[in-house]
Amino acid sequence: MQVSQLAINDFTTYLNAHDKKDLLRFITCGSVDDGKSTLIGRLLYESQLIYDDQLTALAKDSKKFGTTGEELDFALLVDGLASEREQGITIDVAYRFFSTDKRKFIVADTPGHEQYTRNMATGASTASLAIVIIDARKGILTQTRRHSFIVAMLGIKNIVLAINKMDLVDYNQIIYEQIKADYIAFASALGLISIQVIPISALKGDNIVTLSSNMTWYQNPTLIGYLENIKIQSTSNAAFRMSVQWVNRPNLDFRGFTGRICSGQVKPGDLIRVLPGNQKATISRLVAYEGDLNQAIVGQSITCTLIEELDVSRGSVFVSANDPCEVADQFETRLLWMVEKPMVSGRQYLFKSNSVSALCTLSKPKHRININSMEKMAAKELTLNEIGDCDVSLDRPIAFETYEKNRELGGFILIDRVTHKTVAAGFIHFALRRSSNVHKQALLVHQEQRALIKEQKPIVLWFTGLSGSGKSSIANLVELKLNRIGKHSMLLDGDNIRYGLNRDLDFTESGRAENIRRIAEVAKLMTDAGLITLVSFISPYKAEREMARQLIGDRQFLEIYVHTTLAAAEARDVKGLYKKARAGEIMNFTGIGSPYEAPEEPALKIETENTTSEEAADLVLGLLSKLGIID
Amino acid sequence: MKLSHLERLEGESIHIMREVVAEVDNPVMLYSIGKDSSVMLHLAIKAFYPAKLPFPLLHIDTTWKFSEMIQFRDQTAAKLGLKLLVYSNEEGLKEGINPFDHGSSIYTDVMKTAALKQALEKYSFDAAFGGARRDEEKSRAKERIFSIRSKNHCWDPKNQRPELWSIYNTHKQKDESLRIFPLSNWTELDIWQYIYKENINIVPLYYAAKRPTVKRNGTLIMLDDDRLPLEAGEKPLIRHVRFRTLGCYPLTGAIESTADTLPAIIHEMLLSTTSERQGRIIDYDNNVSMEKKKQEGYF
Repeated sequence: MQVSQLAINDFTTYLNAHDKKDLLRFITCGSVDDGKSTLIGRLLYESQLIYDDQLTALAKDSKKFGTTGEELDFALLVDGLASEREQGITIDVAYRFFSTDKRKFIVADTPGHEQYTRNMATGASTASLAIVIIDARKGILTQTRRHSFIVAMLGIKNIVLAINKMDLVDYNQIIYEQIKADYIAFASALGLISIQVIPISALKGDNIVTLSSNMTWYQNPTLIGYLENIKIQSTSNAAFRMSVQWVNRPNLDFRGFTGRICSGQVKPGDLIRVLPGNQKATISRLVAYEGDLNQAIVGQSITCTLIEELDVSRGSVFVSANDPCEVADQFETRLLWMVEKPMVSGRQYLFKSNSVSALCTLSKPKHRININSMEKMAAKELTLNEIGDCDVSLDRPIAFETYEKNRELGGFILIDRVTHKTVAAGFIHFALRRSSNVHKQALLVHQEQRALIKEQKPIVLWFTGLSGSGKSSIANLVELKLNRIGKHSMLLDGDNIRYGLNRDLDFTESGRAENIRRIAEVAKLMTDAGLITLVSFISPYKAEREMARQLIGDRQFLEIYVHTTLAAAEARDVKGLYKKARAGEIMNFTGIGSPYEAPEEPALKIETENTTSEEAADLVLGLLSKLGIID
Repeated sequence: MKLSHLERLEGESIHIMREVVAEVDNPVMLYSIGKDSSVMLHLAIKAFYPAKLPFPLLHIDTTWKFSEMIQFRDQTAAKLGLKLLVYSNEEGLKEGINPFDHGSSIYTDVMKTAALKQALEKYSFDAAFGGARRDEEKSRAKERIFSIRSKNHCWDPKNQRPELWSIYNTHKQKDESLRIFPLSNWTELDIWQYIYKENINIVPLYYAAKRPTVKRNGTLIMLDDDRLPLEAGEKPLIRHVRFRTLGCYPLTGAIESTADTLPAIIHEMLLSTTSERQGRIIDYDNNVSMEKKKQEGYF
């Protein structure tokens, strides 16, 4: 019923009915030429959501930037950024809102160009339906395949294939049938099952709200009719899952666990397990501002208390006791790489899924997927917008479900630890079993006891700096001086280790990352043995030095920055390496073909251009004495 | 059993707020006193109940707000026992920056954008909640829920972080900050329905009443105090008006209306042929002005 006909008295009834409507989130994909923006403009227009002042602004913009001559250019209504309007393309996802008598809709208008794949993924990640738009004159194009692939990867189950511009092919049924058959054949291979094909003209309004009299051969629903009635699978009947987001402790008597329900439902008295620790517990109350709740379902953000006193913190997951989910620390995953800097296998990244944050390292990709042809290709790394399959290894076990089963517990992002950028989106395929059969052996003697009989305090001295800066000379002298005063030590030298333990590694960014990971592990073993461990490695990347610091522990890690200018190191060139690097004989040489990221807050910075090795070694011993490591 | 769309929106907004409190050092909630702020505050109280709000509210006072807004602000803070910070750009005040002599553009820049940046820096807030919605305006429709801002509080629309599912990256460089929009996916209608459903208090100016106004360039401006200079031939008239959106009174247009209950307001809104921001004079300075202001640090 039209709002205008409702008296205010009936209107309260109308409002109550309106409140009961559910929400459908969908995306539109296709390029500007396919009429995507025209279609969205049409949907907004048909649901009377374009206001007069917006139309006035649109008319003004159409004259300035428009591509439709005298007519209103609906694309300008949707493309909101200045650079999008200038270039006539969609760069980032825009969210639009409209409603009909039956449903509310949020449509994410996603960019079609390959370079903005990450933005399309952003839009698709929260949608449960996708409208894939095709120009009837062109049929299925490479980008149709690419969009469908991304939609399938993000787990969208319902597809509307909108064959647009039917008015330009004389509303020809044969064209429609041909495209439909082609698309279904291709899409079913991607696992897309619920596909509705609708012939439309966004410009003229055919089959949008009412069935078109130009296509009497088409009997199925109109676009709006389909969007209003399509049943969206809900996870409310699945088993209960909730990540603990924040612990609410206003006073000593109250301990509430807050989070948003990822699937299923919960009520007081329900038996749960707390993962990854696998403790049993019972839900006591569902506490809410308006009074305790009798039950809560997927999508609700709740605060609950437990009968048992358990130590639960952010990152724990509450699951149904009868139907818990798995726990693991190594996974095969699919990754979509989203920044220009390529992935570095072996490097640590921050792994964030719904309220679980952990550190992880990536293996080399098993393959990458050409998203235009769907072929699997060999790959050493993934770069911007590339998709590939890769093993991820976490520093702790987490509760999870496969992405296929639950988007909330199977999707994750990777964050660069130095730039803090979101570098990848990930999808858990399955857990790798190799870790679950290895159990840590408890030891009877620990670092403390081993160090005690040596009468010393173990520590790692991590020397970093350019090749030829003098790291090894200084480290050597420091060890000699330590030895003279009866301290047990071990020097791990970059060049020496590369002859043995690390002889299989190259000098690429990921080869260097793995080099440092191994050496950090060895240094940790040495410290556990009670030794003062000196590490002399170029270690050019902040990320790996941070990883080493984290592994060994901040308390026992001293970063010593041996600084010299590139010019001075190159002038010295003891090993003749700079000369070779300049001649192009050595690739990826730090300072020339490969960057050196200087430490920001080293424990000690040594300027070797005006300090002798002897003086430098004394500076290091001075620091150790100041810290109480030596007398 | 299924959630209604309002329940779903509520669940999402509360999740966003808790994520910020769990991961960020020193958050603050921007409180503009308008209907969206009232909804955002109500959601925050629900999110952290039974604890008190784990962050303060910050109001940027241009000194040109409607007096009823200031009353409402102080009453709300007192009633709910909230920590409220009020900040004005003292230098701007000293220089007498006002919307009449300096134009809406300079005035907004000094008294709102610059004031906001000064306040965030003064208290070292590294994250600020704002009540903006994506349906309000074209560039807002493009912004992420967690929006990273540079050292100078600037938004870089071409280089936004991907934001997938409901996983938010709260990590940032030391000098960067976050703006968080928990109401991103709400529409104007959702806001009104939620106010109605949850019985949320709002500033009385949203309800129609007899108020003194003058018509200027087609916009009805209310004479909230005696600081509004009348132009030659302008005569204040008592009109039955209300406001769809609230800001600084000389820059906020009223609409003629008799809607004095929530259902009447919603009814009128559904029949309206203009968008709510039409009453805001600052948006129309140039056609990408919101994007430009956001790039300069505006909310």
